[in-house]
Amino acid sequence: MSAQIFRDSAADRTFRAKWWTGRVVIYALLIFWAIVALFPIYWTMSTSFKMAPDVMKGSLVPWWDFTPKWLGWKSLGLSPGTIFEPSTVRGEFLRRFYNSAVISGVSSLLAVALGSLAAYGLSRFSYKFLWMKNADISFFFLSQLILPPVVLAMPFLVLYKELALLDTQVGLILLYTLSVLPIVIWIMRDQFAGIPTELEEAAMVDGQSIWGAYLTIILPIALPGMVAALILSLVLTWNEYFFAALLTSTYANTLPVMVASQTGSQGISWWSMAALSFAAILPLIIIGIGLERFIIKGMAAGAVK
Amino acid sequence: MSEGDLLHVVASDNIGPTRRSLGLALIWGSPAVLALVALAQVLQVWGGYDFGFTNWRPTLYAYVLYAAALCWGQVLVKGEQGKRILFVLPAALFVVSLTVFPLLFGLIIAFSDWNLSSPDGRQFNGVANLVQMWHDPFYWNALTNMVWYVLAILPEYIVAFALALMLNAEIRGRKFFRVAFLMPLMLSPVAVSWMIGKSMMETRFGPLANLMKHLGWAEPSFFSSPWIAKTTIMLMDAWTFIPFMMIMILAGLQAIPKELQEAARVDGATGWRAFWEVTFPLMLPVSITSVLIRLIFKLKLADIVINVTSGGPGGATDTVTSFIFREYRDRSNVGYGTMLAMVYLVIIIVVMTLLMKAAERYMKSSY
Repeated sequence: MSAQIFRDSAADRTFRAKWWTGRVVIYALLIFWAIVALFPIYWTMSTSFKMAPDVMKGSLVPWWDFTPKWLGWKSLGLSPGTIFEPSTVRGEFLRRFYNSAVISGVSSLLAVALGSLAAYGLSRFSYKFLWMKNADISFFFLSQLILPPVVLAMPFLVLYKELALLDTQVGLILLYTLSVLPIVIWIMRDQFAGIPTELEEAAMVDGQSIWGAYLTIILPIALPGMVAALILSLVLTWNEYFFAALLTSTYANTLPVMVASQTGSQGISWWSMAALSFAAILPLIIIGIGLERFIIKGMAAGAVK
Repeated sequence: MSEGDLLHVVASDNIGPTRRSLGLALIWGSPAVLALVALAQVLQVWGGYDFGFTNWRPTLYAYVLYAAALCWGQVLVKGEQGKRILFVLPAALFVVSLTVFPLLFGLIIAFSDWNLSSPDGRQFNGVANLVQMWHDPFYWNALTNMVWYVLAILPEYIVAFALALMLNAEIRGRKFFRVAFLMPLMLSPVAVSWMIGKSMMETRFGPLANLMKHLGWAEPSFFSSPWIAKTTIMLMDAWTFIPFMMIMILAGLQAIPKELQEAARVDGATGWRAFWEVTFPLMLPVSITSVLIRLIFKLKLADIVINVTSGGPGGATDTVTSFIFREYRDRSNVGYGTMLAMVYLVIIIVVMTLLMKAAERYMKSSY
């Protein structure tokens, strides 16, 4: 090969250099923020495998500066050694886990069912109730979002006491459904607005009733949106603490209440607290990784019109 | 939304007299049942009769029966029109019965002197709670804190926008970064308050404290002085909620047609100018929506404060919600707490209405 004949001009070379610095800066920032976002989760997970001296030293990397032990999980009764032995802590944990799962699952399903029906109706027909037209009814539903939970807390405490709903799953399910309903309606209204009405018209020409058309034609099309709304509701209801702390005491406690009550006591060891916290967030981490697409879809629905 | 149905349904409603009267019987009969049950219960409580009720559940069941009968009756009486009403009615009934009744009930509580731990029970005391609130420095302190917390949305928004821009740039591993950035939003605030507030910020060996020692802060303590504590709470809250704004903004960025940015580049706009004069103005509607929704969530901020600082030091981190929570929890002061909550609700409604009106006017004038 002879000497290179064609060269980039000076202007092109500065452009390249600029492009490269831009790349480096972007990736550095991205990685920095990824660490910010993920480190607490990593810390919690690794702490649940540490012994007291490892915690004191602030060790970070397993097998290198500390040896993982099942200590935290043993205290929860969930380590390989203890999983088949009776454990009161595990019983307690599983009960709370079950409560959280039932309450968040049922209330999210209920909210999606009620909310998508309402959103469908509002996107297709014009209603008039007293002075309220469609826009007002929509606003009525969405305005529930600004209602701070603290306003409802006390009346519900007293009401539930009279109705014997305190410390029951049903009581929390009703409240949680109420609290996520506006979000569901918001997402679903957007979804239905994007589905052309010709579809139902065709179905009705074929002899379907409006409910038949809704159930057989529209529902399957809107399903991804409904899944998005469902997952967003699941996240919100699984994490809810305020109402659960006020309205439950022994029987219907959810997982966040258990975590919070353990945080308060000073005697509790770090590793078991870490194991408990990690067990409480694990389901949502899995959902987040697996169903990230739907979460983003749900949140994007309201943002872009 | 335009007037008139988007979906035209032509149906011949053939409602016979039997069906009609059955529907009417349902619509009027069920509230009668409800009234009867409620009356019986009221009589037992105040009239001295004994029907053997132990709680108000029968009235609740009668109410549910009434709601179901109302829905069914609509279809029976109004036919096709009733079927349409049936789409919205259940949700509307649900929301009305779970908000309007409790709110009315809450108003009664708010104007009473009611401490759950005192044996006197509820006593109407007029505006005494309002007067007490006016002289309560801790409530005003909590409200002032809320102003600071709300102002923290602005930096959150800037960070979220920057992250969204980076995710929208041409990068490798976009999916990984998106999932990683989303993670904090999935975590329960209670777990976060232990994971970060209690363990990572532990002054002796928490990793964040260690990091601060390396950076030259000799004795890092995140919750001892008022302003540092407040900032820490803001940062933790920001950490959980930045992904939320980020995703809304990212959705907005992806909805911008590529041609617009290309056209701007052809016209010679680069870097900052392209951002400020093309992207940012186009993103205004999305930005306003995301900030408003963030504001709504911010106004409910409590879980982290309750679990990490309980409002301390000296009320420096208190939010209105956490303050009222302690008023209930520690002092069982139901009447006063409810009044504080009601005042807060009024403030929120006024502020949100003003903001929404302003946003609407601004958006109209800019197009």
